[in-house]
Amino acid sequence: MTVLCLIERDGDGAAEASLRALTLARGLAGSADTGEQVLGVAFGDEEAGLAELARYGVSEVHAVRAPELDGYAPQAWARALAGLADQVGASAVVAAGTDHGNEVLAHLGAMTGLPVAAGCCRAWWDGDGRCRLVRQRWAGSLLEDAVLEARLALLGVAPDAVAAEPVPAAPGSVTVHPFRPELAPADLRVRATEAAERDSGASLATARVVVGGGRGVGGAEGFGPLEELAGLLGGALGVSRVVTSEGWRPHRQQVGQTGTRISPELYLACGISGAIQHMAGCASAKHIVAINTDPQAPIMARADYAVIGDLHEVIPALVAAVRSRRQPQG
Amino acid sequence: MEILVCVKRVPMVGGKIVVTADGLSVDTRMTGFTVSPHEECAVEEAVRLTEAHGGSVTVLTLGPPEAADQLRDMLALGASRAVLLETSPGAEWGPIATAAAIADAARDGADSAAFDLLLFGNEAADTCDYQVGVRVAHVLGLPCVTGIKNLSVTPGGAVTARREYRGKEEIFAFSLPAVVTVKEGINLPRYPSLPGRLRAKRAEIGRRVPACRPEGLRAERLHVPEAGRREARILGHGTDAVPALVALLDELGVLS
Repeated sequence: MTVLCLIERDGDGAAEASLRALTLARGLAGSADTGEQVLGVAFGDEEAGLAELARYGVSEVHAVRAPELDGYAPQAWARALAGLADQVGASAVVAAGTDHGNEVLAHLGAMTGLPVAAGCCRAWWDGDGRCRLVRQRWAGSLLEDAVLEARLALLGVAPDAVAAEPVPAAPGSVTVHPFRPELAPADLRVRATEAAERDSGASLATARVVVGGGRGVGGAEGFGPLEELAGLLGGALGVSRVVTSEGWRPHRQQVGQTGTRISPELYLACGISGAIQHMAGCASAKHIVAINTDPQAPIMARADYAVIGDLHEVIPALVAAVRSRRQPQG
Repeated sequence: MEILVCVKRVPMVGGKIVVTADGLSVDTRMTGFTVSPHEECAVEEAVRLTEAHGGSVTVLTLGPPEAADQLRDMLALGASRAVLLETSPGAEWGPIATAAAIADAARDGADSAAFDLLLFGNEAADTCDYQVGVRVAHVLGLPCVTGIKNLSVTPGGAVTARREYRGKEEIFAFSLPAVVTVKEGINLPRYPSLPGRLRAKRAEIGRRVPACRPEGLRAERLHVPEAGRREARILGHGTDAVPALVALLDELGVLS
């Protein structure tokens, strides 16, 4: 038996999210009594980046190639995975819980009639051949222990719950097997074309410092000092859902379950109560500092440090202090 | 253009999630309910499309009798009709059974759906399954794309749907009829008007009772992750805390 893992590309190499998915897939394969192998599945002719998969325990990759399959086409990718799973007699198909991964798994579940467990943090086979798993609900604010009984387990991996771990042993080499899928015309009705890069909040997702503003900011005109502080610290402004719902700031600045997920060194959350919806987006922040007038706000139980006070007084004073420190001495 | 929008009633959890004693559901005794965020945007998008192209919006949900409240909220935003697929207490509705019931309702006895466009949220806020819209598309034999943040439809039924992926924009072009799942941010939903609210209050809600069937994925226990709990160290009050804040920023290495 084997576990198939979808490898998405990011630039020249495998996407970080796929390396995390591989780590979960390896854990699943290793839990089988008989021992299972993890096979990578990549799409397209490009072989650059596949060799590095050896570091994550992959020795064979099936490269899906078809003349009519140029670029991303969700249903066609799912059809190819279904065909490959049949050919190799797979016990599971694992994919990163990205837009592409979730979408392809949903198509695969729909076309095979099988259940899909999205947002998995951990998965293993129990003694009775059932797949046991822990998956995220509410974008990770709640966890579900579940059992999956299916001839083929379809698992999406939560984006922030599994670290990508290389194998301890010295990596071997990766053999690439071309795979030609059988596609129906309907599988190609929806396919992506890519446009130029745009500034889409990506800087927020990767910012080292995020200064956050919530309802406590009070209105669209109140964000100046927060932006100034973010600028001084080389960081980005993030906001809570109420701020975008009120139209104070654009949605691309929203941090949360339905916005951007951030993982900065420091998240300075100002006037933010700490709703579940918001905290799901900043759970990966290394340090959270809350500035809030209410010592009972839920964010106080999630922050590492807190200042009890009005952000409209604290932030300008902090901006002034940071500025004066930056000025040359004497 | 006839549009069906499928929404889900979810608990308004606020700052804390509490699990019931049996460990199988979220305790909602102290919470209200709302429509999952992506789906409120789906309703707004549908209303805008019918304002531009004519036609009407039908809003549908699968849930308990009380989910009629959420349907009325969506009627107040501008949907014309509402359908409740009523579930009984204790029945476990997974994504496969839910999609089958929605597809049945969309066809309403005919061979194909009576809608040009079916809109869903990208994923429900509570279960985060990411799949009901896609499953409905497969049952109905329609093209489908998910996670859309920008949607345009020509009078002739040509769809252009856009989303961002890894810093680039992905563009999908296909024809109606189709299924599209959207994300919050595609629009800013309007506030319901007073006439809208009054109309919603009086509106008749169509009801059906679909059959549930068990699925291969079963939840056994829900729990709140431990790592999420900590207690903040108070750095100080008001501007008196600024020196401690600056020292902390320095310690974290974000001042240089």
